Amino acid sequence: MSDRVLDVKNLSIDIPLAEGMLHAVDGIDIHVDKGETLCIVGESGCGKSLTSLAVMDLLPKKAIRRLERLDLAGASILDYSEQQMSDIRGSKMGMIFQEPMTSLNPAFTIGNQMVETLQRHRKMNRVAARDLAKRMLEKVGITAADQRLNQYPHQLSGGLRQRVMIAMTLLCEPELIIADEPTTALDVTIQAQILLLLQELQSEFDMGLILITHDLGVVARIATRVAVMYAGQIVEQGTVKQIFDNPMHPYTRGLMRCIPVPGKTKPGEPLGSIPGMVPSLVGKFTGCRFAERCDHVTDACRQSDIELRAESGKTQGYRCIIDAKEMAKVA
Amino acid sequence: MPITDEVKLDDGSKLGSLTKKIRGHQGMIIGSVIVFAVIAIALLAPLLAPHDPYEQDLMKRLLPPFWDSRGSWEHIFGTDHLGRDYLSRLIYGARISLLIGIGAALISGLIGTIMGVMAGYFGGRVDMVVTFLITVRLSMPVVLVALAVVAIVGGSLQVVITVLGLLLWDRFAVVMRSSTLQIRSMDYVAAAQAVGCSVSRVLMTEVMPNVVNNLIVITTIEIAHAIILEAALSFLGLGVQPPLPSWGLMVSEGKDMMLFEPWLITIPGVALFLLVLAINLMGDGVRDITAPENRN
Amino acid sequence: MSAVMINAKNVTRNFSISRGMFRGKQILRAVSGVDLTVKKGEVLALVGESGCGKTTLAKIILGLLPQTTGSVDLCGQSIMDLPRLELARTIQPIFQDPYSSLNPRKTIGSIIGLPMRVQGVENSATIRRKVQKTMDLVGLAARHYNAYPNQLSGGQRQRVAIARALVNRPQIVVCDEPTSALDVSVQSQILNLLSDLRKELNLTYIIISHNLAVVEHIATRVAVMYLGRLVEEAKTSILFNNPHHPYTRALLESVLTPEPDLGIPNTQLGASYPNPIDPPSGCAFHPRCAQVMPHCAMTPPLSNNVNGRFVECHIYNDDSAENAD
Repeated sequence: MSDRVLDVKNLSIDIPLAEGMLHAVDGIDIHVDKGETLCIVGESGCGKSLTSLAVMDLLPKKAIRRLERLDLAGASILDYSEQQMSDIRGSKMGMIFQEPMTSLNPAFTIGNQMVETLQRHRKMNRVAARDLAKRMLEKVGITAADQRLNQYPHQLSGGLRQRVMIAMTLLCEPELIIADEPTTALDVTIQAQILLLLQELQSEFDMGLILITHDLGVVARIATRVAVMYAGQIVEQGTVKQIFDNPMHPYTRGLMRCIPVPGKTKPGEPLGSIPGMVPSLVGKFTGCRFAERCDHVTDACRQSDIELRAESGKTQGYRCIIDAKEMAKVA
Repeated sequence: MPITDEVKLDDGSKLGSLTKKIRGHQGMIIGSVIVFAVIAIALLAPLLAPHDPYEQDLMKRLLPPFWDSRGSWEHIFGTDHLGRDYLSRLIYGARISLLIGIGAALISGLIGTIMGVMAGYFGGRVDMVVTFLITVRLSMPVVLVALAVVAIVGGSLQVVITVLGLLLWDRFAVVMRSSTLQIRSMDYVAAAQAVGCSVSRVLMTEVMPNVVNNLIVITTIEIAHAIILEAALSFLGLGVQPPLPSWGLMVSEGKDMMLFEPWLITIPGVALFLLVLAINLMGDGVRDITAPENRN
Repeated sequence: MSAVMINAKNVTRNFSISRGMFRGKQILRAVSGVDLTVKKGEVLALVGESGCGKTTLAKIILGLLPQTTGSVDLCGQSIMDLPRLELARTIQPIFQDPYSSLNPRKTIGSIIGLPMRVQGVENSATIRRKVQKTMDLVGLAARHYNAYPNQLSGGQRQRVAIARALVNRPQIVVCDEPTSALDVSVQSQILNLLSDLRKELNLTYIIISHNLAVVEHIATRVAVMYLGRLVEEAKTSILFNNPHHPYTRALLESVLTPEPDLGIPNTQLGASYPNPIDPPSGCAFHPRCAQVMPHCAMTPPLSNNVNGRFVECHIYNDDSAENAD
């Protein structure tokens, strides 16, 4: 299993609030292989961003993280100290955020920040570091890289900033990149370019990529595997084809009906919708978390927790008491 | 059309949750208790004061407070250099301090809020003029200007209130300008304009309610500020004129005897400190409690 | 023939950008010479990248921003001549972010009732009845009447914003990215609601969106903007089936539909959107255009009517003589 870049087992995140304990993430297993793109998709508040922060050990201070296993490139980093994690974050795994301005320092030029990263993590001298920084900017499709190195983040457009962010993340040739809604703040034309760039670089550097998004269009086009999250749990996972061609969980099916697809949904016809609201995750929760919004709900759904069941040779799994045969009938 | 998404509504009434929040804010409770106590003392001064604050009795001058072996319960806080009862002067002094604090803050609040809100809402030239006026005002040393004006016009309660009122509007203007700018960019302001609201209506119903908590906080800061400035002016002999019992004046009059009769400056000094601290605590609390994101 | 609801002629809006104290001002042309007609019952979508002027144009049509030159007529009357209240009865906006479009200090009932009070309705029982009727229309429970915005979810807030826009029954509604701040499952509910309301109340919509899948679903006509200019405009089906302008084509190619087999499109658009303060010469799109010709950098293209659409591109200038009607 040398290809496995990231292996997370049984991740839970609890956040103590005034009203009680918020079980934001509950027992999540994810893994990413080299050259693979895992898309974590879900609506706001489902815990997808917290999951990524937990992997990077960047959770807010008061959040409580519980994990059974956290392996990066075959080695356990579960017991790493703050300092060790901080070294790893710059070098072995990188993170790209929705708004690059939050992770670029406005007081320093792009070049300064890139050179500093290289000096710190790869112990390079200034000249070599600057040279590599320049080549990396060119690699992410930035023209006039020499001039850009002397510019400040606010002088760049949103798309350029995201490219710079990607270049900075790639400087130390990480094994894993986690991108949290990297294109949500960008225009559609720029979005396609950035995603394409990410995909090309990923295969060139043979990295694992975790992409967190709420946009099913992005998922369909870039993912190798997909994990659908709902209310702190993975409710369905599988390869991108399995999820899009044959969604099993009622929530995944509901999501697919909500988006207009040219050729499938007729213009002007009403779209599907998922009535109801995400349940509150404060306090103990028993039973299926989607039960309140599900069309196929039975009493059994509410009585005990539902396990993720494996289907189609184990690559697809979903968390529902209805088995595949019955599901085919109700659909 | 079905009702499709639900959120639980607050069961408790608006008032109930507000009292709960106030109860959770200790600084605010302590501050308000002191402030309201001082207000009550000021209002009820004639009933509370054991003696006439102006009545001199040179035979009884410089009596120490009751905790001193030479002190008596007749004059709980002793007497000053003219034999006036110190507690009574302190009680009447609360009136002066509050009057000056509130009066000056009202005048400066009115000036600063109008200027700040106009600048923030209309922007452009109006903003340029207001920003310029703020810069001019900030480059004037308050105490020196106040001293000069009082020296020329002559000190009196009205003069001190007016002068401080005309000098302390800068913080109101700065804060109101920036909070109005922020509110102005919200879509609900654009929505109100699109709905046909007049400018004054937009300002009164959309902008003001959302900047009023900042206004309250600044008002408390400026009340405290004015009280301290009055004390400073009176201490320098250019504020409220004797024999009015201002706390600053009391410190000033006591400074000559500081070494032998330290209570003469400690008592009004502590009173000033407590009042200003309490007002600031209250302001902090008001800001925390009225922030709309805390409403739920 | 349905009535013309909006008729914009040669609308231009300039902003002056200050470059610091001693360097004088520069002109930013946010909207430059746009002609637009919207008929009753139509859903016109304005699409384009951020900074293309679509929001500025919408603000001009709403009367929130005066145009520098040109004219806008609503229902045959110039917006400059329309009294404020009449304008508000004719056209209403719905904003993108339901968290910023509702005053956090006011109750839902008071937010939805505001347009009526502004129009001079004073009887509070009348207001209450009408507000509750409108809340029912947009799918809000009556018990939310005294709630504050922060007690509602994003979808419910957007319903409140829609109710506020509709309470006085305007004829035109301008929706600026009405669903992009919402979750996928809520998004479809709001889109369905907007469609239902249009039929029920016989509304005309202008919808600004960058989500072209949504546009294709809901719009009857699409206008594509680039750097303040309208570059192509046509019926939705015509535009989506056979886009003419290279920019429209690139825009449509970059839409990521949920079809896993297709992969990520390469739009060849080049990285950067030009700086609107310093627009490119000739055709503003030429630095990014895949089909650029030598004279594109020199002369701005003329507008044409080709194959049932409006398009502004040199490619269609040459054969415009044959296609023009």
